[in-house]
Amino acid sequence: MNLLLDPVNVIAEWLTRLMTGWGFSTGLVQFILFVIGAGVLSMGAMLFTVLLIWIERKLGGRFQDRIGPNRVGPWGIFQTIADMLKIFTKELIHPAGADKVLFNLAPILAVASVLALWAVVPFASTVIGVNINVGVLYILAVGGLGELGIILAGFGSNNKYALLGGFRAVAQLLSYEVPLAITLLVPVLLSGSMGMNDIAAAQNVWYIFLAPVAALVFFIASIAENGRAPFDLIEAGSEIVAGFNIEYSGLKFGMFYVADFLHAFTSAMIFSAIFLGGWQGPGAETIPLLGFVYMLIKTAVVYFVMLAIRFSLPRLRIDQMMNLNWKYLTPLALASVLLTAILDKVVPVSLMLVRVGVFLAGNVLLFLISDRLVALYRRGKEQERKIVSSPRPLAVSLLEPPAENQEVQP
Amino acid sequence: MTGMQVIFLINALVSVLAGIMLATSRKLIHAGLWLILTLFGVAIMFGLLEASFLAIVQGVVYIGAIAILIIFAIMLTRETMEESHGKRTRWILTSIVALITLAGILLALLTWPQSSSLTLPLSEEQQSIAELGLALVDPERYLVPFEVASLLLLAALVGAVYVAVERKGEEK
Repeated sequence: MNLLLDPVNVIAEWLTRLMTGWGFSTGLVQFILFVIGAGVLSMGAMLFTVLLIWIERKLGGRFQDRIGPNRVGPWGIFQTIADMLKIFTKELIHPAGADKVLFNLAPILAVASVLALWAVVPFASTVIGVNINVGVLYILAVGGLGELGIILAGFGSNNKYALLGGFRAVAQLLSYEVPLAITLLVPVLLSGSMGMNDIAAAQNVWYIFLAPVAALVFFIASIAENGRAPFDLIEAGSEIVAGFNIEYSGLKFGMFYVADFLHAFTSAMIFSAIFLGGWQGPGAETIPLLGFVYMLIKTAVVYFVMLAIRFSLPRLRIDQMMNLNWKYLTPLALASVLLTAILDKVVPVSLMLVRVGVFLAGNVLLFLISDRLVALYRRGKEQERKIVSSPRPLAVSLLEPPAENQEVQP
Repeated sequence: MTGMQVIFLINALVSVLAGIMLATSRKLIHAGLWLILTLFGVAIMFGLLEASFLAIVQGVVYIGAIAILIIFAIMLTRETMEESHGKRTRWILTSIVALITLAGILLALLTWPQSSSLTLPLSEEQQSIAELGLALVDPERYLVPFEVASLLLLAALVGAVYVAVERKGEEK
């Protein structure tokens, strides 16, 4: 093994030998290595967020025909650091009547739930925090922890707006976890394992080609899980002030902010691990560092698409958001799982090209059928839509009295 | 004492304390949060027994879904912010029932021959989730309980929809 080819494992091995030389037991060495790994990974993720925030703001500016941050440093690259310093110095305000423990626990849970996801992300063929055999379920379990953080923030603030925002956020997150969980079954079916690294390793053909419909549903649901536009009802400033985090200030607000940005990147990473082959690429099996580069490139592409969607689409209404989830995404996800299960048994793995062709055809068919069904459903809806009241003019001229009960034809 | 035993003792202590707090706290919402801590302790217990699947499922189902829904329901009730009164009216009866149950469980555990033996490490075959999945759909093993449980859940689902749905005819 070479330091340049597989740096993480070489360093881990060196540390193991060093500590065994000091006379530590194997279990203790393992434990210390896990602690170091977790520390380095979470610190790295938190520091990486500084860069992420800058990238997101800069790209967001470009998407919306603005310049974005441009004052601090070249291309405004130190803007986030300046913001960070500002947020450190702000006062931490505890609202009167707030539930102190819950109020302080909520931001910690929000960040921890995102950082915990990094434990099961396969960065390279040999580098993964823990390849537990239930990695996919772990992702869902940790998501529940984030929801808990939002509930606590909403409740602990002793503020009705925060409580309403918390309700709304958790309703959205809980709902979108359903299609997310169902579509996660598709890679599990195809790879025959629930471990994240096994799923990435099994993708000789990327699963986005075998199950594009499931990938699409997963992508939409993970955007909703992030609470990004068009699903940013969680932070709908014009409707519920700012949502669950309204009472937070200073560093505690900063933690929600970090969790938000990091979550977007993390779900791009999970998407590329599950559907885009993760670290797979030419030469990645022998040179783990190369796998890391492939993983980063794939994640960057997915992240870019997420940002493009975030900065160009308007917000959904809450009933539209719920309709999209329960009436379209969840049935589509279920149909996709059924289709995958049947095709997986019908076409053997040995005929790879035929397999890809059949899977693609099946998915295209599924997509067309659901598209037709949606069109039919919407036509039916439009016919029964009633006009609640005719529009009234806001400003009335004094010279011309408006006609009484003027009916405006729709 | 091995590291596992230390973790077990700390976890057991925290879980039991959380359980006591759950039963004694005056605010409903705090009781709900203590419940989450207790359930989390149970998940860690499964993890210590090398049942990682059950540990994670405990997290997904009980913490991620049920406990959050319980808290949701508590927050929608009226006396969320105040300390709820009148909770301790029947505590003598409750504690007698709880004590009898506890005594029964302890008796069953102490007379159980396996309780004095140490936990054995799982065999390779038992660790695989595929084995668990096959056992659940094997007609000779757990297919019938599995299907009955899913039927029960389906009935609960249909019942919930029936209770919650707005009946358009009645309102008009």
